[in-house]
Amino acid sequence: MTPSTLSRRDILKAGGALIVSFSCDGLLPRFARSQTSRTTDAGKPLDPSEVDSFLAIHADGTVTVYTGKVDVGTGLRVAVAQMAGEELGIAAERINVIDGDTGLCPDQGGTGGSTGLTRGGADVRQAAATARQALLALAATRLNRPASELTIVDGEIHPLAGGSGVRIGTLIGDRRLSLKVDSKAPLREPAKYAVVGKSIPRPDVPGKCRGQHVYVHDFTLPGMLHARVIRPSCPGATLVSVDESSVGALPEVRVVRVADFLAVVSKDEWAAVRAAGMLKATWTNGRPLPESRELERWTRSAPTERDQAVVTRGDAVAALENGATKHAATYFWPFQSHASLGPCCAVADIKGDGGTIWSSSQGTHGMRGSMSKVFGLSPDKVRVVFLDGSGSYGTNGGDHAAADAVLLSKTLGQPVRVQWTRQDEHGWDPKGPQQLLDVRAALDAGGRIVAWDTQMWLPNQAPGARALLAADAARLTQDHGQGAGAIAQNGDPPYQADNVRVLVHWVKETPLQLSNLRAPGKIANVFAVESFTDELAAAARIDPVEFRQTRLTDPRALDVLAKTAQAFGWRPRPSPNPQARQGNLLVGRGIAYMRYKQAENYIAMAMEVGVDSATGRVQVRRVVCAHDCGLVVNPDALTNQIEGCIVQTLSRTLHEEVTLDRSRVTSVDWASYPILRFPEAPAVEVILINRPDQPLLGAGEAATTPVAAALANAVFDATGVRLRRVPFTAERVKTALAGGSTV
Amino acid sequence: MARYTFRLNGRSVSADSWDPAQPLLYVLRNQFGLHGVKFGCGLGQCGSCTVLMDGRAVRSCSTPVERVAGRAITTIEGLGTAGKPHRLQEAFTAEQAAQCGYCTAGMIMTAAAFLAQTAHPTLDQTKQALAGNLCRCGTHTRILRAVTRAARA
Repeated sequence: MTPSTLSRRDILKAGGALIVSFSCDGLLPRFARSQTSRTTDAGKPLDPSEVDSFLAIHADGTVTVYTGKVDVGTGLRVAVAQMAGEELGIAAERINVIDGDTGLCPDQGGTGGSTGLTRGGADVRQAAATARQALLALAATRLNRPASELTIVDGEIHPLAGGSGVRIGTLIGDRRLSLKVDSKAPLREPAKYAVVGKSIPRPDVPGKCRGQHVYVHDFTLPGMLHARVIRPSCPGATLVSVDESSVGALPEVRVVRVADFLAVVSKDEWAAVRAAGMLKATWTNGRPLPESRELERWTRSAPTERDQAVVTRGDAVAALENGATKHAATYFWPFQSHASLGPCCAVADIKGDGGTIWSSSQGTHGMRGSMSKVFGLSPDKVRVVFLDGSGSYGTNGGDHAAADAVLLSKTLGQPVRVQWTRQDEHGWDPKGPQQLLDVRAALDAGGRIVAWDTQMWLPNQAPGARALLAADAARLTQDHGQGAGAIAQNGDPPYQADNVRVLVHWVKETPLQLSNLRAPGKIANVFAVESFTDELAAAARIDPVEFRQTRLTDPRALDVLAKTAQAFGWRPRPSPNPQARQGNLLVGRGIAYMRYKQAENYIAMAMEVGVDSATGRVQVRRVVCAHDCGLVVNPDALTNQIEGCIVQTLSRTLHEEVTLDRSRVTSVDWASYPILRFPEAPAVEVILINRPDQPLLGAGEAATTPVAAALANAVFDATGVRLRRVPFTAERVKTALAGGSTV
Repeated sequence: MARYTFRLNGRSVSADSWDPAQPLLYVLRNQFGLHGVKFGCGLGQCGSCTVLMDGRAVRSCSTPVERVAGRAITTIEGLGTAGKPHRLQEAFTAEQAAQCGYCTAGMIMTAAAFLAQTAHPTLDQTKQALAGNLCRCGTHTRILRAVTRAARA
């Protein structure tokens, strides 16, 4: 196996066990070795202050990088390899990245909030920069030249002036550097970058195209049982009785009950699937839920924990009284699901108070602590190994699936694989919250925004870990924290406004369990702010791009707007489009701008839509997005992320709403929770603005945030009708076009 | 326990199942270790489990094993090899047409059946052909480029 062709997934993580899996490809058994077979892995440090925690240089000149951040299909591994390779002076292709294994990787916090590179990558880069200095010093002795006269190119240290050198693998080969990370170790100058900034292909893609990439769903252990968990009929229901004889005819099926936790297990996966469908169980009623069509009203009237002004500049409330023209509008975003394409899966092998969990969690280190606490395990005896999952876009049901597996494995004393069903995934993944926003503004006679007031109704963020479904069902003591991420950001306009207030009404209860869903809260907040900005521009009869440009001063903001408008072919005029009619379609264009968290990426996005006035169907024809996230590490991988952000959020805006009746989630498959399909896929053009002199900013989610507003603004331009409630289903648009309520 | 004999990626194989209704998906994954075939919904709604049966794209999650007897099944693992990938596998790699990749194998199998029938598709035809396959990461534009590229290869 040559390191340059070594796929990360060739190194199947088996916690020390040798796994032999049968592959029909060539009919040869495929050996996958444990990660611990690298001599540098055994007993390696995990302390983030140590260089050896982050990287190992092998005798063959290859490098292993260890990071606590994980690649959830986002290209993090190649980007981290590039950042390390740049400092070490070796090609990214010679670096193998191991991510999210608590036994091998330092804890760098969970993978969220687009911190994969800004923190995860930056830590690795600093460790690599420290290693570079150490390697140069070692080589200086070996070559009898001052370190300042040496450089590293393609893994070889040689004099800047030329002459023979020494390979880094030869210098250090598999030995520890035993160094503290030097926060002052000099970084390579961006102007000299040779590895960062290149579109190096992601190493995982060929395997994904050949069906060889190993997901957590594919992981097996000898003696492993397949499990299906039977969830209550509705949230809060308890188990009254189970009729085990109802599955008696099935081969080798066992029913497992721990208080209200109910599961079936079998060596035969299909037997477990059949048993889950056949098992007769009686449940109590659960807690009442607000129906979907009542949810906006429920949200506005539900008891609040407290009110919090998260932005206060001047006195917006007083200034609202004094404006010449006043505007107000209400926007609503429904519950949405992560809706991973592959339902969550996890494998656990628990023995006594320790064991190993294989999970696609975006926070494996956090999981080790939380699982240990809840299930009475010793954290130092628990290892969580990250394996790729289906895209999770935040905290999907993966932690719950892992808890299911831990509880079952602990109870049965055998390795257990839990595979969620489609209905589990849609019904029980923690959701992105519903969001209600009232926005008001006042303008003076000259069109200056003298007051802006955003009020948001958001679920309260209670401290503590999110409760695990299995632990609640098993009636174990645990935290019942309520967190959905930084959901109150981007509620203020990025434009000049004299007086601004953003007031959050933190609603005490949430009908459904919540978690971080990509760009938490900010998609809905930008939807409201940027739709409302468009409403102000339309009321003033000013072109929407011009309206924004004249209220921005930051050159980077103006740059993304100008580049988007130029690439789109934007012709200045106010909305709505006076010549919208094209046959059966009404055609229009919209724009939105935002700065992520008001402190990070600058993004502008323009869209062209056609609205079928007979059916209400909205067809997005093309999207143009200019994106400035500072330094770009891998342009193609970044573009892939941005394209995904755009298309996924179009799906969320056009189609997605978790529906509820009075007792349960009723959108439990792809028919009742439709997402965007290929015939709706628009042309997408991404313009990357690379600023090597600026710090890199995370880019896994920012481009999601202007999408809904750009779309709503385009629909308004086409039709003159303002959509303020997501999703823009054909039925809802048709009603709105007919002059009915948009809610 | 009944035995079902069929061709799998060019070889004659037999699978044992106590239930004639057992979906081919579980047989492929658990008896033959063909993990490229992915469970997505078990309802025939998403396309992640797509394989070819006698050259036609079928959902292995809703194809009972008894219906497979005597047929020829091709999975992503049988479409190409590392040394000699199928033109779709090459095109998907060249376009980097994957994020999480969970849908990729099903996409490629659906596209393989489609291109076998429609050698020179329009973009709209390709979009319609893939309408039954879901991608959650939003990689649609790249997947469309990849299929178009493969068609021209």
